[in-house]
Amino acid sequence: MKFDTPAGANPIDTMTVVGRPHTRIDGPLKVTGLAPYAYEHHKEVESPAYGYVVGSAIAKGRITNLDTSAAKAAPGVIAVVTAEDAGKLGKGNFNTVKLLGGPEVDHYHQAIAIVVAETFEQARAAAGLLKVDYARAKGRFDLTEGLKTAKLAGGGDSGNEAKEDRVGDFEKAFGEAPVKIDVEYTTPDHSHAMMEPFASMAVWEGDSVKVWTSNQMIAWGHGDLAKTLGMPKEKVRLMSPYVGGGFGGKLFLRTDAVMAALGARAAKRPVKVALARPMMANNATHRPATHQRIRIGATKDGTITAIAHESGSGDQPGGSPEIAAAQTKLLYAGSNRLIAMRLAELDLPEGNAMRAPGEAPGMMALEAAMDEMAEKLGMDPVAFRIKNDTQVDPAKPDRKFSQRQLVRCLETGAEKFGWSKRQAKPGSVRDGKWLVGMGVASAFRNHMNMTSGARVRLGSDGIVTVETDMTDIGTGSYTIIAQTAGEMLGVPAEQVVVKLGDSSFPVSAGSGGQFGAANATAGVYAACVKLREAVAQRLGYNSADVTFKEGKVTSGNRSASLKDAGRGGELVGEDKIEFAGLDKAYQISTFGAHFVEVGVDSYTGVVRVRRMLAVCAAGRIINPVSARSQVIGAMTMGVGSTLMEELAVDKRFGMFVNHDLASYEVPVHADIPHQDVIFLDEADDKANPMKAKGIGELGLCGVGGAVANAIYNATGVRVRDYPITLEKHLEKLPEVA
Amino acid sequence: MKAFTYERAKDPVAAARAVAGRSGAKFIAGGTNLLDLMKIEVETPTHLVDVQDLGFDKIEATKDGGLRIGALVTNTDLAADERVRRDYAVLTRAIVAGASGQLRNKASTAGNLLQRTRCSYFYDTNMACNKRKPGSGCAAIGGYSRQLGIIGVSDQCIATFPGDMAVAMRVLDAVIETIDAEGQRRSIPIADFHRLWGDKPEQDTVLKPGELITAVTLPRPLGGKHFYEKVRDRASYAYALVSVAAVIQDDGTGRVAFGGVAPRPWRVEEAEALLPKGAAAVTARAFQGATPTKDNAFKLPLATRALASVLAEAKG
Repeated sequence: MKFDTPAGANPIDTMTVVGRPHTRIDGPLKVTGLAPYAYEHHKEVESPAYGYVVGSAIAKGRITNLDTSAAKAAPGVIAVVTAEDAGKLGKGNFNTVKLLGGPEVDHYHQAIAIVVAETFEQARAAAGLLKVDYARAKGRFDLTEGLKTAKLAGGGDSGNEAKEDRVGDFEKAFGEAPVKIDVEYTTPDHSHAMMEPFASMAVWEGDSVKVWTSNQMIAWGHGDLAKTLGMPKEKVRLMSPYVGGGFGGKLFLRTDAVMAALGARAAKRPVKVALARPMMANNATHRPATHQRIRIGATKDGTITAIAHESGSGDQPGGSPEIAAAQTKLLYAGSNRLIAMRLAELDLPEGNAMRAPGEAPGMMALEAAMDEMAEKLGMDPVAFRIKNDTQVDPAKPDRKFSQRQLVRCLETGAEKFGWSKRQAKPGSVRDGKWLVGMGVASAFRNHMNMTSGARVRLGSDGIVTVETDMTDIGTGSYTIIAQTAGEMLGVPAEQVVVKLGDSSFPVSAGSGGQFGAANATAGVYAACVKLREAVAQRLGYNSADVTFKEGKVTSGNRSASLKDAGRGGELVGEDKIEFAGLDKAYQISTFGAHFVEVGVDSYTGVVRVRRMLAVCAAGRIINPVSARSQVIGAMTMGVGSTLMEELAVDKRFGMFVNHDLASYEVPVHADIPHQDVIFLDEADDKANPMKAKGIGELGLCGVGGAVANAIYNATGVRVRDYPITLEKHLEKLPEVA
Repeated sequence: MKAFTYERAKDPVAAARAVAGRSGAKFIAGGTNLLDLMKIEVETPTHLVDVQDLGFDKIEATKDGGLRIGALVTNTDLAADERVRRDYAVLTRAIVAGASGQLRNKASTAGNLLQRTRCSYFYDTNMACNKRKPGSGCAAIGGYSRQLGIIGVSDQCIATFPGDMAVAMRVLDAVIETIDAEGQRRSIPIADFHRLWGDKPEQDTVLKPGELITAVTLPRPLGGKHFYEKVRDRASYAYALVSVAAVIQDDGTGRVAFGGVAPRPWRVEEAEALLPKGAAAVTARAFQGATPTKDNAFKLPLATRALASVLAEAKG
């Protein structure tokens, strides 16, 4: 199905199943432990051997000797595989750095071997017996240093062309602006820190391999595993029915799948692999640190006349920038604009996408800078944002947003949150020893269109089954796909069987970039349209006027049960949604507003969030409860990145020092107070037939800015170096002793 | 994890003998710290002597009005004990500020005293660490040291003792009771129990090989108001950047010890004598000669401010 004109009225508009707060259809399986994750396919695979992945002890250099003899002789060991005996390996399209290192080492904890043994304990113990000698080489581990000579990089909407993105004459307008700020913000490297580690189980059958893994994008992983192993795709099957969190860390093929396949081939046994937690931060990808400079110039009435956002980040050679300045092209008005991103080559582990790549760190800086500008103008920060709203792409004024209700989000949030009680003068509200402040930020993230396919079967038993390689990474894909098929075919969601995450199914959008829900359900919509035609045809109805409702198929005064339609043998509808044109004609984005109240301990500088509200305008909400879960989870992540999350770089050894969950802190329940989410009632007909857009990342975009602004409002101390840990404002707080 | 053998001891002297007589042997009680360290081969015992059947799980009144806490009393039980909550509230507060409910259910009183440092370089066997591998050097010095020690450290090691319970016990002048392989008992004041690293950072305490903790005794209650102020980035399940255990009397005198700053709970009696003069006077004396790094220099003003918070609350 080609989607190239705005959606008209369609069966989804009925909203009898879609749009309802449906609990997860996979919930019972998950809470009873029956949903098998990658490491747990015990029904399909009997007595697998265990693989333990060994990481490099150095960040840059060469393995001069790798002695596996002691490990091979250890109890229970079946095989040891290193680059020397793995055979020729390709590199996938999506990973920058090869997934099995040696003899050259590209980064700390890069996999250099897998030890396969009868038990996990034997494999782990034998892994400790590998004797590895290295020749260290000098690496580049300092972003500040790297950015001194970093080149311009592309990214975001402007594609990969490495250039500054300019509108008007920024320098002139900024120079002439009566009110201006020029500020620098930094954000650190972040780890995805998802609950389920990277894990895979591989089984060879002749020259074919089946791999259960934990991956967000089956088609990408499938293609890259085949490419890495030098095999035709048809000989590789990748399955990922359940994923225990990914946050972008599992968008791509990672070492667990490659090493499981290599280990199983060498051991001639099924092999399962889970990456040990202390290896995850350095072995896998991370969100790169950024150095950002923001300049805003405005007239005295608060009209932005000049805005510049420049961001620098680092990555391995051949990598890409964190596109932290991209949203600034679209979020606020202003006739003179400059956007630029620079990329330094570093030998730290590979940087890549983490939830809301670009916007997450970018808006931590931009939205705090907007707060600084509002204060300088003597304007309320909500009013300042509203004043600079734009309904068109500022670079192409004839290109409108498909739908943009940022102002309504801000106004609704301000009212519901009690924003009018905020004191403009920082440091003026106290609650006992606590300094109390409120902050606001806009939320913004683009919606992306992605081709997405599905197959829907109506069985001879009347059961509807959806098959697509879409994944559910904890987001609720199973449920919204069941709701979509249920709505299209007139049955309750509970009566739809959903099968996901298998490379033998039609290729979907996958889960990432908040594009999963809207595109994957649109693909299911397209397949359901095909199935509805087949059903109508079998029943001899005119497909144009057929309705599917409450288990019945009706055309004029003729009616049959859906079950009856299946009786003559299985009917199958398969299609994909493809997009053309509308996202060029219109800017399709999602919007929101975050409101946060914090308390800062006036003695110790400790920051504790007191309450949070997000108002979101993201098109039709397919399932309000799972959408809410996405937003509150994202808000929680935003609190983490503002207050505690930081991969600490040891610039001598080129590694992230705090590589476990005791030392890389993410929020716990006690950090997260009352959260509320409001969805504006929307339907975006330019997005897709579902009239839905992304929501999973919007909830994170801007949270950091809102928290930071609340801290400033509480203390009067502006910290521009995230995370805002207590030592950064401690000595500027009021005297206490 | 290296393969190891395991036995369950039936009496304390036999347990002490089993460890004293065998190099590479260690006691295990709750195992909440030891097992984690074994998995990553920071600890590589060849033999474990499990002491959980030895009794030592009672909290009893002592003749002189104090309490005797069995070495195997869990953190949860100790924190919840009515007498502790009433008479030694600083101890309850410190315990519940640490770890998580699950860990406190498993962790023992003796094991808590013996927990090892949380220095990230100690945890990474690719990094030099004199505490893990004597003579290999200290990667933490010149590295990422925000969490590490500011006083009592050495040029061999800048790690801290990470616990909370022991900081409160230091304020309470707890005494650690042990028994050794010969059946000899000794009582070690907690002030002397944890070592300063000096040139032997691999040795955390003054315990001899095989010496087994049987109990911790608390002298009679001090009265006063009890506080445990734990400062950390995350609201729960995080080690202290700085913690303050304090017992403050109505006249403004009292006792105070600091956690998260040194190889042991940091209490300087001359400093606490200055409590009536305020927090700054106390910390100026308590941290005289401190050698913080650039990353953790904030712990000095933080300690002052955290104590000031306690003193303000004490005045109430």
